[in-house]
Amino acid sequence: MSTIAHLAAQLSGGDAERMVPRTGITANLTMFAAGAMAFLCVFALALLFSTSRVAERWASELANTATVRISAPAGQEEAQVAAVLAVLEQTPGISSARAMSDDEQALLLAPWLGPDLPLADLPVPRLVEITEASGGFDAEGLRLRLRAEAPGAVLDDHTRWRAPLIEAADRLRSLGWLAILLIAASMAAMVTLAATAALAANGQVIEVLRLAGARDAFVVRAFTRRFTLRAFTGAMVGAVFAMAAVAVMPNPGAAASFFSGLGFRGGEWFAPLFVPFAAAIVAFLSTRLAATRRLRSIR
Amino acid sequence: MNPRQRWGKQAETKRGSRVIELSNVSYSYGDRRLFSEISLALPAGSFHFLTGPSGSGKTTLLKLLYLELRPQAGQIALFGQDAAGLSRDQVALARQRIGIVHQDCRFLDHLSVADNIALPLTVAGRNVAAERGNMNELMSWVGLGAQATSTPPQLSGGERQRAALARAVILSPDVVLADEPTGNVDWEMSTRLLSLLVELNRMGKTVLIATHDLHLIRQAKAQVSARVLRIREGKLQLAGSDL
Repeated sequence: MSTIAHLAAQLSGGDAERMVPRTGITANLTMFAAGAMAFLCVFALALLFSTSRVAERWASELANTATVRISAPAGQEEAQVAAVLAVLEQTPGISSARAMSDDEQALLLAPWLGPDLPLADLPVPRLVEITEASGGFDAEGLRLRLRAEAPGAVLDDHTRWRAPLIEAADRLRSLGWLAILLIAASMAAMVTLAATAALAANGQVIEVLRLAGARDAFVVRAFTRRFTLRAFTGAMVGAVFAMAAVAVMPNPGAAASFFSGLGFRGGEWFAPLFVPFAAAIVAFLSTRLAATRRLRSIR
Repeated sequence: MNPRQRWGKQAETKRGSRVIELSNVSYSYGDRRLFSEISLALPAGSFHFLTGPSGSGKTTLLKLLYLELRPQAGQIALFGQDAAGLSRDQVALARQRIGIVHQDCRFLDHLSVADNIALPLTVAGRNVAAERGNMNELMSWVGLGAQATSTPPQLSGGERQRAALARAVILSPDVVLADEPTGNVDWEMSTRLLSLLVELNRMGKTVLIATHDLHLIRQAKAQVSARVLRIREGKLQLAGSDL
């Protein structure tokens, strides 16, 4: 609570701020930099949310299903399918299992081999789709049993597909966080540079204030308030523009590629609204640090 | 309440007690030694002149007194406290008890004259609007009633010096230190500024004026009991009848 009160006191110093002359170019540059950084930050946030959604979708869609592929000599195929279904029916952790029809298999191969596929003329294995129960099944135990009952059956529990996809999504998420951290660090650096320049340009003002009896907190307040408000205003404009840009991005639906699905959904739209406040905090801390460092050289 | 009552109040030091004391203070600019082990005590309510040739160190001595400079050796005590042990906030509070008239006035040119005079009130966290009446009275007292909304660059030399004096006394400090307060003004204005400083001393303020204007010193000695200190070859001496 005392930290909040301190922050409020630092930002309410209108009298202190008036003591420092306004510098148009520094003000405009700070606002522009904050706006640009907020714009990028909102996009990084959109990337974060999108990767999270994609990772969840991939994980949930592939996690609850498995496939048994049956490659058997002609004449034994139907018998092995029946044996596999019988094994699956008795396996705990499997809620349902069904053999895919020729039409369904043709539909799966259509993107690669085209429509009107003569499936009967090709050595295409039969597929059995498994839907897992909530606890999942023992994949290794099932493999052993399938090997005994249907030698041509191979269980694919999607682990080898799922793992790299989830890892890729996690990496993208990490990159999103890294981008946000880099943006915050860049903004801190820019505000520090601008504040240092303003402090150097107003060295004489600071001396006069100190000689008139101003405490360090008063002088620091004169600069922090100004830079905090500039960063907040700039970041607010940047964030609003970025939100508008994200909102008008085309979204062809779930079937579309990952990047065309970049954006916010539902409550996620509140997240970018925190960006201007985060920018203000970064600017406040950067300016405070620069001002405190500058004051050390003035008695 | 007239100005005499208003700016003469809040005296926190007893007349005769030492408000500022220098003990064996030395100061050098690079290889050039300006002071060597000088000592000085300013009793509350006293009136001192500090004189010496240009470059002798009058301004430097004043800067040591209001702690803008640190001595390389020796000790400075403000209001009975060793300045070396003061935190930055305590230095700021001590300065609120010292009114300073700088040689170059040191105004904030983007603010009005009234805002510059009110600067010590503002930095001390006082409600300037509530003290507007006192402000106007003080500005009239120094003859700047009509210049309240002007900016410092619009003032003449004499007006700047009077505005600096008004700023120095707005917080009713215990001590007023003035560095060449009549340096840029004509005889008539310097007489007027001296009268203001003498009046402040009569209100109980400790006054120290650094000047090389011997005429001003003679004029003051006719009105008030003033001691004259002279810096010579890095030492501080009490000047005698040779002035």
